[in-house]
Amino acid sequence: MDFAFTKEELDFRREIEAFVKEVLPPDWDEWAVYWPGSYGTMPQLEAEFQEISRRFSRMLGEKGWLGIGWPKEYGGQGSAMKAAISGDVLSYYRFPAGGVATTIAGPTLILVGSEELKKEFLPGIASGEIGFWLGYSEPNAGSDLVSLKTTAVDDGDAFIVNGQKIWSSGAHVTEYGWVIAKTDMDAPAHKSATLMIIPNDTPGVTIKPIINICGNHSFNEVFFDDVRVPKRYVVGEVNKGFYNVMLALQFERMSVGSGGFRRVLEELVRFARETERDGRPLSEDPRVRKALAAIAVEIEVFLTFYWQSAWMQDRGQVPELEASALKLVFTELSVKLADTAMDLLGPFGLLDKGSKRAPFGGRVGMGYLDAISGPIGAGTSEIQKTILATRGLGLPRKK
Amino acid sequence: MDFDLNEEQKILQRSAADFLKKECPKERVRRIEETEEKYSPDLWRKMADLGWMGLHLPEQYGGTGWSFLSMAVLLEEMGYNICPGPFISTTLLGCVPLLHAGTEDQKQAILPGVASGDLILTLALAESDRGYEPSTLKVSGVRSDESWVIDGVKLFVPDALSADHILCVARTSAASEPGAGLTLFRVEKDHPGVTVTPLKTIARDNQCEVAFDHVRLGPESVIGPVDEAWPAVKAALDRAAVGRAAEVVGAMRATLDMTVAYAKERVQFGRPIGSFQAIQHYLADMWVDMLGTRNLVLQAAWKLSTGEPADREVSMAKVRAGRMGRKATTVGHRIFAGIGFTMEHDLHLYHRRTVAADFAFGDSDSYHERVARALGL
Ligand SMILES: Cc1cc2nc3c(=O)[nH]c(=O)nc-3n(C[C@H](O)[C@H](O)[C@H](O)COP(=O)(O)OP(=O)(O)OC[C@H]3O[C@@H](n4cnc5c(N)ncnc54)[C@H](O)[C@@H]3O)c2cc1C
Repeated sequence: MDFAFTKEELDFRREIEAFVKEVLPPDWDEWAVYWPGSYGTMPQLEAEFQEISRRFSRMLGEKGWLGIGWPKEYGGQGSAMKAAISGDVLSYYRFPAGGVATTIAGPTLILVGSEELKKEFLPGIASGEIGFWLGYSEPNAGSDLVSLKTTAVDDGDAFIVNGQKIWSSGAHVTEYGWVIAKTDMDAPAHKSATLMIIPNDTPGVTIKPIINICGNHSFNEVFFDDVRVPKRYVVGEVNKGFYNVMLALQFERMSVGSGGFRRVLEELVRFARETERDGRPLSEDPRVRKALAAIAVEIEVFLTFYWQSAWMQDRGQVPELEASALKLVFTELSVKLADTAMDLLGPFGLLDKGSKRAPFGGRVGMGYLDAISGPIGAGTSEIQKTILATRGLGLPRKK
Repeated sequence: MDFDLNEEQKILQRSAADFLKKECPKERVRRIEETEEKYSPDLWRKMADLGWMGLHLPEQYGGTGWSFLSMAVLLEEMGYNICPGPFISTTLLGCVPLLHAGTEDQKQAILPGVASGDLILTLALAESDRGYEPSTLKVSGVRSDESWVIDGVKLFVPDALSADHILCVARTSAASEPGAGLTLFRVEKDHPGVTVTPLKTIARDNQCEVAFDHVRLGPESVIGPVDEAWPAVKAALDRAAVGRAAEVVGAMRATLDMTVAYAKERVQFGRPIGSFQAIQHYLADMWVDMLGTRNLVLQAAWKLSTGEPADREVSMAKVRAGRMGRKATTVGHRIFAGIGFTMEHDLHLYHRRTVAADFAFGDSDSYHERVARALGL
């Protein structure tokens, strides 16, 4: 057992921190309302922040940090721990870079992609040039993804894709869809679909905005109308789409902004010390002390899971159940943190972004709303618990 | 970082699990619970023969010299099997202050006896207002010539009935600052003026009231510096709290194992209850709660073993185990339903202990308060 970082890891953390502090605009915190563990307020997903987020992604790419967790042969350092440290620091500073391409598409391509695909996409992903969006969910296929309806029909050297995706985060600000579609209409459902890359600029792709409850345009509906996708854009084997999506989901469930939780806690502690109520600082109120202590304990639990999953990956283990547990824990934590913050701020927590007197630029009110999305995206909490119970504890499935 | 136990610790874990499974089955736990001392000399002797009593004691006192982390590993297994007896009282509450503050003579007089299984110790700390903070302590130690006179009543002294020696924390001068003014005394249990009265608990452990009525002690009874006992006492308290939390992790694991097994075999509506999602989700939560608590406990034990300040880690581990242990056994009862509400069933043996652990060495509020302080509040 050893819960300490190595000197090399600490040096790396300092290096990344120094870089972030140097490049972030001084007033960035006023802009970034991002709430940890949620999916609706990431600046990377908003058109307004594209210029800065692309620029920062390229900077990280130049440093070699975007693919730092990848194997050496693909330009990485093969260190999941370093990737986790970088994720921790970037999230602490609410750094608007990185996303599906680096944390989900890249690692999945490395495991199951063809050599040709790797050559075409990995360099652009590692340098921060290109972005991906995830095209899994459909109007009638959410948790039950296997019942998806979008089809990809064999047409020689290409598939012809027709159908609709929904909740496609960032489709409007990225270049490529990471899409699952039905390729075998007769096979058993779980062997009927294929994962493929669809460039947004292919004729027949239409992207329509959906505004989320935080008021942001973060996700979309995407329509496919006779979209021709070359077969070389298939990721992994044909008809093994659900298997490959499961793999990609594991990476997604582990891509967590850990530092953001620590950051919010620090801010709440400072708020409690600096805010007076009835003539004394909030921090002297035993209820406030207990509430903040309780959330600090849960953040600590989450952090042990976070570092543990990186440690496991570096030992060559596949954290399948751990990914589900981590996702469950950090998104539920996101809600608890928002509740705690709201209770602490009281009516001030309701003040919106841009309002006079809003503490933290309205981050808490926005975070309270955004926290709702955490336990929904990337497989709901209910689905994670069912995975843990059946695959982890071996409980019988419903017949 | 390394989330794995080392080879030594893994061997300890396996051998403890095997030993306890054989030597400490639930029938025996129940028989031990019926004794007034809640302790079995025979089991104690066997544990001592395995070297458990001296696991973390230096070799010159007959110990093995392993880290506190190894103790936590052992205690998790003890918690899994509900191993009753004065183990934490003796090895942590009793030995740690001696290790930290005792003279060489005092250590030589006591520790080898502990390691061999011949001496049982405990610590008399809390009083009527149930706090474990130094400011709550009022039992007095007054100097008279060369000796000291102790007066007052200690409560929730664990295992005092089986103990040979009681370490007593007494106020020897007014506190000039928090933690000051306290002195630690070693008292033999049958010393004139010492009265031990067992308190009957739903946890079926041995908690006692220990009354000191003009107990006169010689200067050799003082352990560590006069008026400055708190650091040594706190070192013991922290380790005992984490040790107890490690037992809770074991209890949570046992509860999970029992309940999962039952959910797979109990059939209602023509299918195992474990196929109902309400049950599945209870169990998934219980599992994740246990894993997270285990991480915090191991982290605290590791931190204590490094010798660095560990207040934050200790408090987090204790409060998490306190709350989550109770939750796990409570949910276990939901799943076992009627059969779990019988004396015959084993689940209540765990439930009794997890709730007691939440209050052991300070309640959750007090540990939350320590976390708050560590946060800078
Ligand atoms: C902010 C945000 C961003 C998103 N981004 C993307 C994206 O980029 N790409 C993408 O493909 N998708 C995305 N999603 C979609 C997300 O993956 C789905 O919302 C999620 O899988 C749930 O599907 P659903 O909304 O259709 O709910 P449903 O599946 O209809 O679920 C409704 C409720 O029923 C419960 N339920 C369903 N099935 C079961 C079951 N078997 N057992 C127990 N309970 C069950 C659910 O847990 C939930 O409580 C995003 C969602 C959000 C909120």
